[in-house]
Amino acid sequence: MTSSSTVHDVIIIGSGPAGYTAAVYAARAQLKPLVFEGTQFGGALMTTTEVENYPGFREGITGPELMDEMREQALRFGADLRMEDVDEVSLTGDVKSVTVGDETHHARAVILAMGAAARHLGVPGEEALIGMGVSTCATCDGFFFRDQDIAVIGGGDSAMEEATFLTRFARSVTLIHRREEFRASRIMLDRARANEKITFLLNTAVTEIEGDPKVSGVRLRNTVTGEESKLAVTGVFVAIGHDPRSDLVRGQVDLDPEGYVLTKDRTTATSLEGVFAAGDLVDHTYRQAITAAGTGCSASIDAERWLAENASGSTEDNTDPNGAPQ
Amino acid sequence: MTEKTSATVAVTDDSFADDVLSSSTPVLVDFWATWCGPCKMVAPVLEEIANEKVGSLKVAKMDVDANPGTARDFQVVSIPTMILFKDGAPVKRIVGAKGKAALLRELADVV
Repeated sequence: MTSSSTVHDVIIIGSGPAGYTAAVYAARAQLKPLVFEGTQFGGALMTTTEVENYPGFREGITGPELMDEMREQALRFGADLRMEDVDEVSLTGDVKSVTVGDETHHARAVILAMGAAARHLGVPGEEALIGMGVSTCATCDGFFFRDQDIAVIGGGDSAMEEATFLTRFARSVTLIHRREEFRASRIMLDRARANEKITFLLNTAVTEIEGDPKVSGVRLRNTVTGEESKLAVTGVFVAIGHDPRSDLVRGQVDLDPEGYVLTKDRTTATSLEGVFAAGDLVDHTYRQAITAAGTGCSASIDAERWLAENASGSTEDNTDPNGAPQ
Repeated sequence: MTEKTSATVAVTDDSFADDVLSSSTPVLVDFWATWCGPCKMVAPVLEEIANEKVGSLKVAKMDVDANPGTARDFQVVSIPTMILFKDGAPVKRIVGAKGKAALLRELADVV
């Protein structure tokens, strides 16, 4: 275990629009941010196709291209980007530590931007069949299901988007949703309903995914009548929402009952001094690329001001909430 | 550091037998496509590993769009999928983008 003696101004954890925007701002403010991008760098946009609503790209831009632009922009201003997952953090006190593998890094401020992870069904067969017909990325894997019968699970916008997208390849798409009502927006739902390749199976829950070595079908249960049935499919695309990736900081910063990091008023300040949070890790309302980028910017500015107010010096000085001017 | 040229090799359905199955060193084949975001995440990590493991591991990239045959033969239905071949046979299958440390852990018992 090695522990660097360097104390950085700010460490950023995460690399979606929030993390990279925070990195651009922090780097331009000469804070030399150290950014742990994680192995899923680029965030949720890396598995989307066209982003049509990010301002400044009037013809649209693909998710991965947009993230690549943001990443290069952060690099241009000198952000130190590391494609590693953070294993552990200690966020209390004047100097916070972030452990990656057998190295521990230190910083006076930390910006949390770990985003949200795709939710799994948690049914038998799911885990074992990931990569063998169970998928959480329609844009990656749709290609392999040409002329096949597949299922999409979920009732939100991403389920509708995936089902519609997958009809480009599949012979049929069965959309399985455990309720009758949809969280999906009207436009996305109407688009899916108008598609003749898509069949809706409502009030239906998946109880098991079957197949060896590849997916051959799903076992279903009607959530109203309890009646059980089977559906033969070769692909199962799970789109039942996201959970905030807050496990890393659980027990340290305050979270809401769903696990989202709580921030104070209109700022990005968390319950801990010098710790800020942005993006989908915080936001269960808007969850857009542009809102994540916006709060990433706010977090960087909040961190910069906090660092200035709590100017460096001996650790004793930092017990004064107003900080000692240098 | 000097800029290095790509340490990975591109393989195709046609060259697969010669470049992978007949290779005397183990080969990690990355099944990828241009439309796949997570494939872009794992690409730089694979370049690093290829650079560090010169002589003990070959890293090959197979574009599934242009080369659907090999992907079908090995039942690849999700990308990125990385399959490690040793002495002409698949010995390990890794699905999804992973970081360098995690990938090296997966490969540790073979290379």
